[in-house]
Amino acid sequence: MSKLATQIKDTATSVRTKIQRRSKPTLSFPLRSLSNVKYHPKQGFLQLKGKKKVRTLTVGTVKTFAQTLRMMSQAKTLVEDDEIMTKREAYYVSKNWEDARFDEQPESDTVIDDIEALFQINREQLGFIPEEKGGEVAGKLIVIDRDSDTGKKLRIDCTKFGSGAYSIPISIEHLKFETKAKFVLAIETAGMFQRLVKHNYWRKANCILVSMGGVPTRACRRFIRRLADELKLPVYAFVDCDPYGMFNIYRTLKVGSGNAAHINRYFCVPKATFLGVTPQDIVDYKLPTHPLKEVDIKRANDALKNDPFVHHYKAWQDSIKQLLEMGVRAEQQAFAVHDLNYVIEHYLPEKLAAAKKFLP
Amino acid sequence: MGKARKKLVKSKTKAVRKVKKKSKVTKKAKSKLSKATKKTAKMPDNKPVKEIPKKDVSRHSTAEDMANRQREISVAEFFTKNRHLLGFDNPRKALLTTIKEGVDNSLDACEEAGILPDVKVVIAPAKEEDRFRVTIEDNGPGILKKQIPKIFAKLLYGSKFHRLKMSRGQQGIGISAAGMYGQLTTGKPISIISKTSRNTPAHHYELEIDTKRNEPRIIVDETVDWPVQRGTKAQIELEAKFQKGRQSVEEYLEQTAIANPHVLLQFVTPNGQTKTYKRASKELPVQTREIKPHPYGVELGVLIKMLHDTKARTLQSFLHSEFSRVSSQVAKTICEKAKVSERSRPTRIARQEADNLFKAINQTKIMNPRTDCLSPIGEELILTGLKKQIEADFYTSVTRPPAVYRGNPFQIEAGLAYGGSLQAEGLARVLRYANRVPLLYQQSACAMTRSVLNTAWRNYALSQSAGALPSGPLVIIVHMASVWVPFTSESKEAVAHYPEIIKEVRLALQECGRRLAVFIRRRRKAAESQRKKDYIQQYIPHIAIALREMLELSERQETTIVKQLTDVLERSRS
Repeated sequence: MSKLATQIKDTATSVRTKIQRRSKPTLSFPLRSLSNVKYHPKQGFLQLKGKKKVRTLTVGTVKTFAQTLRMMSQAKTLVEDDEIMTKREAYYVSKNWEDARFDEQPESDTVIDDIEALFQINREQLGFIPEEKGGEVAGKLIVIDRDSDTGKKLRIDCTKFGSGAYSIPISIEHLKFETKAKFVLAIETAGMFQRLVKHNYWRKANCILVSMGGVPTRACRRFIRRLADELKLPVYAFVDCDPYGMFNIYRTLKVGSGNAAHINRYFCVPKATFLGVTPQDIVDYKLPTHPLKEVDIKRANDALKNDPFVHHYKAWQDSIKQLLEMGVRAEQQAFAVHDLNYVIEHYLPEKLAAAKKFLP
Repeated sequence: MGKARKKLVKSKTKAVRKVKKKSKVTKKAKSKLSKATKKTAKMPDNKPVKEIPKKDVSRHSTAEDMANRQREISVAEFFTKNRHLLGFDNPRKALLTTIKEGVDNSLDACEEAGILPDVKVVIAPAKEEDRFRVTIEDNGPGILKKQIPKIFAKLLYGSKFHRLKMSRGQQGIGISAAGMYGQLTTGKPISIISKTSRNTPAHHYELEIDTKRNEPRIIVDETVDWPVQRGTKAQIELEAKFQKGRQSVEEYLEQTAIANPHVLLQFVTPNGQTKTYKRASKELPVQTREIKPHPYGVELGVLIKMLHDTKARTLQSFLHSEFSRVSSQVAKTICEKAKVSERSRPTRIARQEADNLFKAINQTKIMNPRTDCLSPIGEELILTGLKKQIEADFYTSVTRPPAVYRGNPFQIEAGLAYGGSLQAEGLARVLRYANRVPLLYQQSACAMTRSVLNTAWRNYALSQSAGALPSGPLVIIVHMASVWVPFTSESKEAVAHYPEIIKEVRLALQECGRRLAVFIRRRRKAAESQRKKDYIQQYIPHIAIALREMLELSERQETTIVKQLTDVLERSRS
């Protein structure tokens, strides 16, 4: 029996023992929120501080308790049978549980996240895989994968997708890499990625382009992390200049999320730095802007107040304050105001010339 | 039917005297009315004066011209024109008012004679469309033959106006007005049969009102065979509209049954259906005393009139004998305050010093009137009535101690019925009663409604929007018992807004509310606890299933877990 299956069994046994002793069984989970994470630049990711949430079986919690245990049982089966199940499939399987079934998928996702945190592992190890797409890659990288039928090595050259791109798979631990590139450029929008691919920017700049498509998925973060660690490449993030780009996308890429702090150690890229767009770029490049929305302002203030990562870097605090003072935001595509390829010909080369000055 | 009966039976002379006295009042009232009408009649003549130049002098009236036009107006004529004042605004309301007046009279008469009332109301369609023949029959004491014409065909004739005593009828207008309305709309006379005892024959009258003279005109006068012990049966044909629902005859009867559980009511609808509202109590309302007016409740004009009419020789004895709660000592104090001799003649005071006397009365501390003149329904019987007509889960009732407004004693009662078959959605239903008579119209103009609205029902676990009635499956009943209920109009639909009345109603409702809140909260708690119990039983098996799967347990072990876990949670719940 695998280690994980044993862990699950132990937890189940402790619940049963409590019941046999006529006391209320409990399950204790690490508290999953920004208030329960700390940031050490040495380790480079947000990690749990150890606050725990003890769920005691009472009248009020009996439904979630039952659902958590049934989902644990499901995970144990998956682990033992070496099977996988998407989160959506897990939600449908619960439909067999009569009264204990989930009504909406977010409910079952939360329970899966709880179990993940309970055992301090990631859900992929439990056999639960996400529906989400991993992100796309183009440029000077060769990915070495295996043919799932024959087990033969497959060399995938990411320069040979033309106007398309290589799609990061959900599970990437088995991949190996070869490259001669100098850096990785992680891009927020698929539109900008397309422009850079179309003009073979990777050839000109000798780099690997990754499209994150918004907040990077776990697989995407893990993929970039391995490129950074194993190929010793610097990683630069190129996102919109707004609080969402800075903290939801960049911060998650670099140090992980507050909600999944128990697995951040694998899913973060501590070496990543922030190429742009910075508030100063808006001034320097005379970018057209939109006023900050109420939700932007709230997010920025929240970051200043609660985000341990922001607390650690004065440069970030200054940038946020500058942005709030300017009261505007700008998108990656805003450079098109000067010329469609202004970003390739001027912005990126100029910024890359001073990569040391990137925001941390 | 009830009017003037008992007194007449007891002492003829007294009754005769009263009648005399009364006709005086009627005259006075008449002259007042005619004055008022004169004024308005003059108006159109006055107007042209301003507009038309001197030339056309002939259009002006001289005092002599005017005198020719000035003549007495009979009360009957006045009310013919102003029938809305009496509740005959439209055919639908006319039907209800007719039945209401008849039933009120029957109940008053029965109770005064100590008879448990059996009242039968029949509405039969007449030949012509939009006309109905309404019959109201009771088992009351009956009416003496010679009194029948005046009672049914003369306005402002009755036994109740000149006394301060709690009764349903007050003015002596109702039933004769109904007869007049019938006569006016159909031309048919009112038909009466009455019998006073088993051994006397029954009299049958058909009567019309001579509206000019306000006197009865006898169409038929005969002796008939009527196989009942005693009672009275009145039949009026009138233009009317029969409807169900709110403010209907049926609603009136139902509400009457609630506040009068000692009454047996039978109702035959125009399509021949019979509805019976059963008697739920054999207890007759306690007969009340008649009281003299309390000095605080008397207005200056009335005081002057009393001074004129009294037989007392001195002011002191006048005050002592004509008012309640005025001892010789108190009378003396009043005289001193008014700076008049207690030996002075009342008639002299009436002319010269009534004003001072009136002020002195109101400055003197006088005991509240006695309250044994009131006969509340009683908490017990309110509950009986509510339970009889309304199927609910919770009932409560409160009878307040008597209180006084403007020198008139009154007593407030309230009751609630909640839950059961009552509609859960929508606003509460308010049933208002004055001296056991349901008030169906002008709810929003009534002091009782004001109190219901001003009560903070949210404190009592009900929901209530600002300025609205509380909502929920709730019926609220409010009853005011008084020797003189201050209605806002002659049609007796709404009680006037005296602060003392509003306050008493509020106190009664608050007490009911507190009891209701206890019930609602207890019920919610029980429901909550049941819900939790169900909830536990719903999910515990799943915990056991999951543990069985993970630990590869047997089914018996699974069952044990369910049992043990149920134990643990049940214990923690209590």
